[in-house]
Amino acid sequence: MTDTWIILGASSAMGRAFARKVAGQGCDLVLAARDADDLARTASDCDLRGGGQVASVTFDIRKPAGFQKILDAASTSDGMINAAVFVGSMPPQSAIDTDPALAEETINDSFTGPVRFLLALAPLMEERGGGTVIGIGSVAGDRGRIGNYTYGAAKAGFHTFLSGLRNRLNRSGGHVVTVKPGFVDTAMTWGLPGMFLVATPEAVAEDLWQAAEKRRNTIYTPWFWRYIMLIIRSIPEPIFKKMSI
Amino acid sequence: MRWKETDYSGWGRAIVAKGRIARPEKLRDLMQAMADTPAPAFGNRRSYGDEALNDGGSAIDMTRLNRFLGFDPATGVLEAEAGVTIADILRTFAPKGRLPAVMPGTGFATLGGCIANDVHGKNHHVDGSFGAHVDSIDLLKPDGTKLRIAPTRNKALFHATLGGLGQTGVILSARIRLAPCASNAMQVRERRIDTLGEFIEALSTSDARYSVGWIDATATGDRLGRGILEEAEISDTPAASRAKRPASVPFDAPSMLLSPMVVRLFNRTYFNRVPASGREALRPMQTFFFPLDRLHDWNRLYGKTGFHQFQCVIPTTDAEPVLRQMLALIATSRQASPLAVLKRLGPQGDGLLSFPTEGFTLAVDIRNRGKVGDLFRQLEQLSLSAGGRLYAAKDSLGSSEGFAKSYARLPEFRKIADQADPGRELETDLVRRLGIRGRS
Repeated sequence: MTDTWIILGASSAMGRAFARKVAGQGCDLVLAARDADDLARTASDCDLRGGGQVASVTFDIRKPAGFQKILDAASTSDGMINAAVFVGSMPPQSAIDTDPALAEETINDSFTGPVRFLLALAPLMEERGGGTVIGIGSVAGDRGRIGNYTYGAAKAGFHTFLSGLRNRLNRSGGHVVTVKPGFVDTAMTWGLPGMFLVATPEAVAEDLWQAAEKRRNTIYTPWFWRYIMLIIRSIPEPIFKKMSI
Repeated sequence: MRWKETDYSGWGRAIVAKGRIARPEKLRDLMQAMADTPAPAFGNRRSYGDEALNDGGSAIDMTRLNRFLGFDPATGVLEAEAGVTIADILRTFAPKGRLPAVMPGTGFATLGGCIANDVHGKNHHVDGSFGAHVDSIDLLKPDGTKLRIAPTRNKALFHATLGGLGQTGVILSARIRLAPCASNAMQVRERRIDTLGEFIEALSTSDARYSVGWIDATATGDRLGRGILEEAEISDTPAASRAKRPASVPFDAPSMLLSPMVVRLFNRTYFNRVPASGREALRPMQTFFFPLDRLHDWNRLYGKTGFHQFQCVIPTTDAEPVLRQMLALIATSRQASPLAVLKRLGPQGDGLLSFPTEGFTLAVDIRNRGKVGDLFRQLEQLSLSAGGRLYAAKDSLGSSEGFAKSYARLPEFRKIADQADPGRELETDLVRRLGIRGRS
């Protein structure tokens, strides 16, 4: 029996790094992303790095009609079905402030889209009696800040959903890991001002794999963000509202 | 595609550039960046000087385009994106019985960089340079057109691209022929060599597929040129894999660390570790091919001001007397690093600007302090008068006159590069410094 991992957002740096990690473990893969050419390249790569059956499915998180193709591809092997969700978008808050329609897209990409997908996946996992979901949240979801509060709100919503899904899947032997990455060295953060303690996508992928193996509930990656966020969360609101961090 | 404003440098850290860098993660993003601003590309910036730099301009970091695209187990042909590293290829394909036919001294070098420098390995005298094992290259020209070049297709452009310092276009991906290997280990023989003459003789007569000499760059007089000869073959039996995490140098070392006294002490210990009777051992491939990669960021050992490397190749006939003069100069300057590397190179390949050519190559690190320029110029002069040449991948102080004199096919190269990149948008600091593209 070979486990299958669905990688939602396999074209992102973190998604790609995790797909490689999973391929190296010999698992089957269903890679899903928007860019078909890019997916084909990542699929070859995962195949040559030791992956079992590697399928790729083009999909758009804003179009739930396409989700079934992914679930079908993942159902072909007989092992546990797992999923890692890397999709999301983070336009600058200033852009959202000028064009509120962007807020809806951000929330769709980072929260409601993944929710729709995971709700469709959950019965399959329950049927097989196990499997792990890795949901990529964000430290931005721990407190609303002036720089990215719409994105942060979407991620906070996703955290809450993941917590409930964990509660649900636990009953059938499944598990959910909530991941809160700090700054990761990807195209999303490349060249942004104010980046520090930036982690490589490979280091994050390794953390995700370990967290899934150990059935951790919520992890920060790198680990020290737990303490950074502990401090940020403990600043009293009357002071916090005047700060711009 | 976002561009990042940053300071950056090559491995030697002696030259720092300021500019905008794009780091595409998808081919589509790369095309967009090139359409926005055509710019030279670089990989892991393991060339030492200013080859990867474009001060005041733009550059493209290819390291995120690092996927394996296809592999044929029957022929050993691998197709991969340009940002794939040599160590990654070795790690992934050695268990399948294949290894890169030519590997430079660091596994961090990328596929694109290996082609653009037509790198050589410890087996050049047997297997030639990297370019001899390239089946085809997919190139992106500054005007946004993609084309495939091969030894039989767009031949002139192919030969200009091998060792072409990125001047003919951005290398997107390539097909290379991997060589067979029976295990992941090397059978390595080491023995002491007492003099330079003995070294030249030993390297000339060695029948090993892989050979390299480590010279004590501080030894003088009777001991000048003493060192250790390493000869190796791919082993039939695997080595136990030790999953040791590489150490890294967390900060710039104080200049004390490489003081002449420390260096001499290091050398004595290093050369005495091999018993007088020699020794033989089974080593994991990574350890044999990339001995320094185990210490990440070892370039920081040279402190904030960085270092230069001098690497030349001297034709066989004059090799011994010229190398003797060079080693004497280096030793008396007291600027040198502990180790110099001496290797035999075989005949020149097809690359118009390929460095390797029949003779002996000497490489030595020199701290970026004091009169390093004077020492370098003397060494370059010695090399030129013996019909030798310098290696662009290592260079940061060479002269344009010297380059033009020692690379005979430069005029031919200039024409092809100007056709491929008429706007000279792919020029780098090194290309300008050495006048490689000539006058416009």
